[in-house]
Order: sequence, then C-alpha cells, then structure tokens
Amino acid sequence: MKTSEPILSLRNVRKYFGGVKAVDGVSFDVYPNRITGLIGANGAGKTTTFNLITGFYKPDEGDILYKGERINGLSLHQTFHKGLCRTFQISRELKLMTVLENLMLVPPDQSGENLLKTWFMPGVVRREEIKNRDKALSILESVGLLHLKDEFAGNLSGGQKRLLELGRTMMAGAEMILFDEPGAGVNPTERKTLAARIRSLVDNQNITVLLIGHEMELVMDICNPIIVMDWGKKLAEGTPDEVANNPEVLEVYLGGSKK
Amino acid sequence: MGLLNFFISFAVMATIYSIFVLGLNVQWGYTGLLNFGIAGFFAVGAYTSALFTMHMPTGALANYVTQAFGLGMPFLVGVIAAAIASGLVSILVGALTLRLGEGYLAIATLGIAESIRIFFNNESWLANGPQGLVGLPQPLHNLVSPQYYSYVYLVIVLIFLAVIYIAVEKGIRSPWGRVLRAIREDEIMANADGKNVVFFKMQSLVVGAMIMGIGGALYAHYSAAIQPGVFEALFGTFIIWTMLTLGGTGNNKGGILGAWIVWAIWSWSTYLIAKVVPASFATRAPFIRYVLIGVLLIVIIVRFPKGIMGEERQVSKF
Ligand SMILES: Nc1ncnc2c1ncn2[C@@H]1O[C@H](COP(=O)(O)OP(=O)(O)OP(=O)(O)O)[C@@H](O)[C@H]1O
Ligand SMILES: [Mg+2]
Repeated sequence: MKTSEPILSLRNVRKYFGGVKAVDGVSFDVYPNRITGLIGANGAGKTTTFNLITGFYKPDEGDILYKGERINGLSLHQTFHKGLCRTFQISRELKLMTVLENLMLVPPDQSGENLLKTWFMPGVVRREEIKNRDKALSILESVGLLHLKDEFAGNLSGGQKRLLELGRTMMAGAEMILFDEPGAGVNPTERKTLAARIRSLVDNQNITVLLIGHEMELVMDICNPIIVMDWGKKLAEGTPDEVANNPEVLEVYLGGSKK
Repeated sequence: MGLLNFFISFAVMATIYSIFVLGLNVQWGYTGLLNFGIAGFFAVGAYTSALFTMHMPTGALANYVTQAFGLGMPFLVGVIAAAIASGLVSILVGALTLRLGEGYLAIATLGIAESIRIFFNNESWLANGPQGLVGLPQPLHNLVSPQYYSYVYLVIVLIFLAVIYIAVEKGIRSPWGRVLRAIREDEIMANADGKNVVFFKMQSLVVGAMIMGIGGALYAHYSAAIQPGVFEALFGTFIIWTMLTLGGTGNNKGGILGAWIVWAIWSWSTYLIAKVVPASFATRAPFIRYVLIGVLLIVIIVRFPKGIMGEERQVSKF
C-alpha cells in the first residue's frame, strides 16, 4: 500500500490541556494522493491533531514533518503557505462578505495585498484580480454555488456553507487539505455529492486529503487507509475492511468508549 | 457675509473631522480595531507639526514660552512629520496589544491618549505646558487678507481630504482591504486562509493613525494655537466615533456625511441652546452639548446600527 514517501508524518506527538490528554503520543504517516480517514469517538483528539498539524497549537512533544521538513513551531498562516489548507468542524465563513469575496480572499501572495502596490501598480493588481475572480467563479460553478455569488456568506444554509468550504480549499492551491467533518450538518444526499467532489479533487488535481469523519458511510466510502483514535492515542490503522473488523474498534463504536 | 464666513470655518472643521473619520473607518470600520484614543493621535499630529514648523521663541517671548525645538520647516514637512510621529506611536501601541485580545487595544489607546495629553500639559519644556503654543504658521497666508483666510484653508483641507479619500478607497477595494475585512469578520478564518493577521492589523492601525496625525496637523495650523485642553476624549475621540457610526461604519462616503452632520449639530447647538435655555443656564451650554452627543450616539446604535449608509454588499472592485 505504500506507493511512495509519506507527505506528512507525525512522530510521537503529544498535547495535554491541563489534565486532559487530548493527543497522547500519536504517530502516523499520510501518503500522497489518497484520502486518509481519521475517526474516533467524541473527544478522541481528532480535531486537536488537526490543530497541531496546522500550527493552530504547538505540540508539547514530538515532531510533525511535512515533505520531510519539520513544521511544528510554524503558525496557522505559515502552514497554509507550506501548502496545507484546513477546514473547521463548525463551518466558519466571513459572514458579512459575499460568497465570491470569501473565495477571492484565499489565494496566497496577491499583489494587491500590498497597500503600496494598490496605489502605484494598479494595473498589475487589477489583472490579478480579474484572474482571481474568474477562478473563483468557475469554482463556484463547479460546486454549484454560482447563483449565490453575491449573497452574504452568513446567509447560506448549513449544506451550502460546506460547499463554500470545499470551494475555499480549491482556491487555496494547496497540496494537502485537512477536512474536519466536512459532512456535518449536510443531508445524506448532499453528503454523497460532497464525497464525490472530494474524491475527484484527489483524483484530478493531485491533492492529498486527511479527513475527519463521523458519518461512517462517508468515511468508509472514500477513505483508505483509515486511522482510528481513542482517548488521545492511535487505536488502529488499516483499510476500511480491516478497521471495520477490528474488535477493539468495534468495541469503541458499538460498545461505547469506556475508561 | 458674516454668515458665509461662519459657514466657511464650519466647513473647514467638518472637512478636518472627515479626515479623522476616514482614519477611524480604516481601523474600526474595515478591520474591527477599537481605537478609543483618537485624541492622542490628534495631539501627536498637532504638536509635531507645530514644533516642526514654528521657530524657537526669541526676545521677550522667550521668557514666557518654552518648547523643545522649533525647526521653522514648511507646512507640508510639518504635516508629513505629524503623520510619521503619529504612525510611530501607533506602532508602539500595536506592538504591545495586537497579539492580545481585542479589548486590550481599546483600553491601551484610551489610556495612552490621556497620558499624551497629561504629558504635554505637565512637561512644559516640550511645548509650553498648559498654555500651549500660539502663532503656528499658516500656509499661503499672504494670498488673501486675513479675514478671508478660511477660504484658502478650506481649499487646502479639501485637497487633503480628497487625496486621503482616494488612497483609502483604493486600498480598501483591493485585496488589501479584503484581508482587513476578513480579519474583522473572523480572525481565525483569515489566519487559516494564510493571512498574517497581526501584520495586517498593524498596517491598519498605522495607516489610520497616520491619517489622524494629518488631521491633527491640519487642525493645529488652522486654529494657529493648540493647548492640551483641546485633546480631551470628547472633542478628540467620541465625537468622531459618533460621526462614523451615524454616517455608516464601513462606508467612507457615509463617514464623511456623518462628520458634516454631527459637526453641524455641534456647531449650531451652542447657539441654539443659548437661545432656548435661561441665561443662568447658558454657561452650562457646553455640558448640554456633551449630553446631546451621548444621546445621539445611543440613539444611532440602538435604532440605526448601520448608520445612514452601511457597508456596500460587494466592496472589492475588479
Ligand atoms: N483548547 C482546549 N482546551 C482544553 N481542552 C481541550 C481543548 N481542545 C480540546 N480539548 C479537549 O481535548 C480532548 C480532545 O478534543 P478534540 O476536539 O480533539 O476531540 P475530537 O476527536 O475532535 O472530538 P469530536 O468528535 O467531538 O470533534 C477533549 O477532551 C476536549 O475537551
Ligand atoms: Mg473534533
């Protein structure tokens, strides 16, 4: 199953919040061009793992390597520039900005983010803006939100916010996308199309995905391999079948996590 | 003629206030930074330009007036120095507070503005203490007879307002402004989209403060006399918040409109209050105006939270 070098590696990563061992010595590898699933009961430490990878928190111990480079110690905006784009478990959007502007914000290194260039190089800024807008419009079309481009993002429905989030990751030009429960708040039909879109990102755009999921059907359908966390530790790792038949995993999911 | 003169000097002040409002709009309207110390940047701008453009007192005057320096530079140099000095103060404030929660900036600016005023008041060697500085040079004052000088100055401040307005609009409607607005909406999201939030907040704070410094300089050369008493929070900070909130937070045109309306209310209210209230009460007219501004601000916030013109739906222009 290992076709190449891992793109992301966690080595014995630990993060405690006071007495809570949110992430307690976790190691795993993520291989390029796949959708790796990360599952586990509530409070297992999945989101905290994302927060550590993307620099939202610093690990107490351990190393995080992205394409062989140690990235723990970088902050959230810096990991974005390394090529990692993350989403949030509870959708976040820029509420009083239009759907189109939400997407146009995303591309890194826009000339027009430099105030002096907006005054003295307006032509360059304008040309970039037009390209940026056209890209955003085509992404909105592909996720089915084009008709809402001028709507305030805060007015979207839960499902539409998830589509906007997907569009945002497509704008980022990222090499690796970390989805935190992309299917939360989405009805089952919409969830299927969402899964297909994530799948096609990986197949068509050479993107690597690490995905936290609660809904088993979404995870089992599109993720391989799957990593299972429980109480801050990695409990199991393997193909969907292996994980589904692992007695310890079944214990967590069917018997309820106890300790 | 008297009425026209009154209107011209009213217009000069309304224009200067419009400039302050644009500075606050960059910070608060677009970035969500709470600056409750506009009066401090106002004071730094006014005093800097005064010290850069005035000459050291000579002869008998030197017995009564002390100032740290007087460079005798041209008006424009004074205005630029004012912008830079005010920007430097904002960098200091920003470096101390921008990494902390949003309330810290509000409290720090409030405190620093008051400290700056007290500093100018107590440190007489710097700018003559409570008496302040009198006789600031006025640009192009030879052009017309003194009674018409306001006309000349109105043109000068309108040019400053126009240039600042265009510069701010250009920045706000570009990706730069989009980042600021994203920070206002959700800092963490802006961060996750790869934007260095602290750096952009600092830029917003500094740009706003530089504009306020320019406003301070323009005020100083117009009134030709400044004392620490001018830079109290009401006249220097809260009236500007009222202007922006009334006109429309996040809309530069609205902010300018708000400046003119509130300044009209403010200017005419003394006159009206003096007519309406008994003479024994008239000495308290200034305090009645304070109440008026406070009530106005509350009414706007409760009844018209978006002001007269709110932010446009689509701000980026391409
Ligand atoms: N900032 C924080 N401060 C204190 N405790 C935290 C913090 N973040 C997470 N925790 C705790 O760490 C543990 C792991 O939380 P985490 O959010 O990573 O779980 P999760 O696997 O994402 O759960 P869920 O499926 O509910 O999203 C929980 O007990 C949580 O309460
Ligand atoms: Mg979670």
